[in-house]
Amino acid sequence: MSETVIPYMVKPNPVTGIPNGKFAIWLFLASEVMLFGALFSSYVLLRTGAPHWPPEGGLSSEILNVPLATINTMVLITSSITMVLSWASCKLGDLRKFRMWMASTIALSFVFLVIKYFEYHHKFELGHYPSHDNFYAIYFTLTGLHGIHIIGGIIVNTFLLTIGTRMWKTDPEHFTNRVENAGLYWHFVDLVWIFLFPALYLL
Amino acid sequence: MDAAAPFDPVEFKKHLRQYYAVFVALACLTAITVGVSYLRLNRPLAIGVALVIASIKASLVAAVFMHLISEKKVIFALLALTVFFFLLVLLLPAMTTLEGGRIL
Repeated sequence: MSETVIPYMVKPNPVTGIPNGKFAIWLFLASEVMLFGALFSSYVLLRTGAPHWPPEGGLSSEILNVPLATINTMVLITSSITMVLSWASCKLGDLRKFRMWMASTIALSFVFLVIKYFEYHHKFELGHYPSHDNFYAIYFTLTGLHGIHIIGGIIVNTFLLTIGTRMWKTDPEHFTNRVENAGLYWHFVDLVWIFLFPALYLL
Repeated sequence: MDAAAPFDPVEFKKHLRQYYAVFVALACLTAITVGVSYLRLNRPLAIGVALVIASIKASLVAAVFMHLISEKKVIFALLALTVFFFLLVLLLPAMTTLEGGRIL
């Protein structure tokens, strides 16, 4: 049986000037922008249509846990630099450092999810489910979708840290490109949070 | 990173310093965002300030961590198209509510 090989996964495609995998991940991120864009648009619509935001009164910063969200923002920012350093380690041919930085990225992703769990748990204890009002509906939808993206990142990064590392021995350049592509996705997840944090928690 | 450019480890290590600098900038801007929220500015001003700071942070992540600063034209063309449709999706509902004289 002949093996199908996707061309230009290491060298740049002469048409685009970049490897196909990288172009594909940017196309995927473009679709992700539209996914989150639609939900941000819903947020704007719900907010402008409400006589008061949040509907039950007070301020978002009084209803949601700002200190925990601030810690989570720092956790994500830190995970972004560990992610880029894991890629840089691959470029410099240091697999040991790649493992260290990638493991740190995954650990920080779990920290983010654990903090998010405590936030959600507290809201559920108070009986504040997505059905409570529009504020909680959009809060849980946006942060929930973002959380799913974090889980997706953990799966990909864990693959690269474990089974995926085998490629390092056979094709290190291709492996480095894979890490870069995973990094692009991870930074996008961080980028979404950069806007979610002030929009939901502070304004 | 430019995939076609020859790899120079010495030049590359300079980027590492850039990554740490961006990390510090992002941490500082996060602190400023939270700090400004405690000033209890009026809502339009608070939204404006938060959006400006978030945009600066997002630009730093995209330019340095995602290497947009040295990316090929095809990526910029793709992003320009994405930004256009993103703004369209974002602004359409806002424009409909503007007719009622109320926005945010």
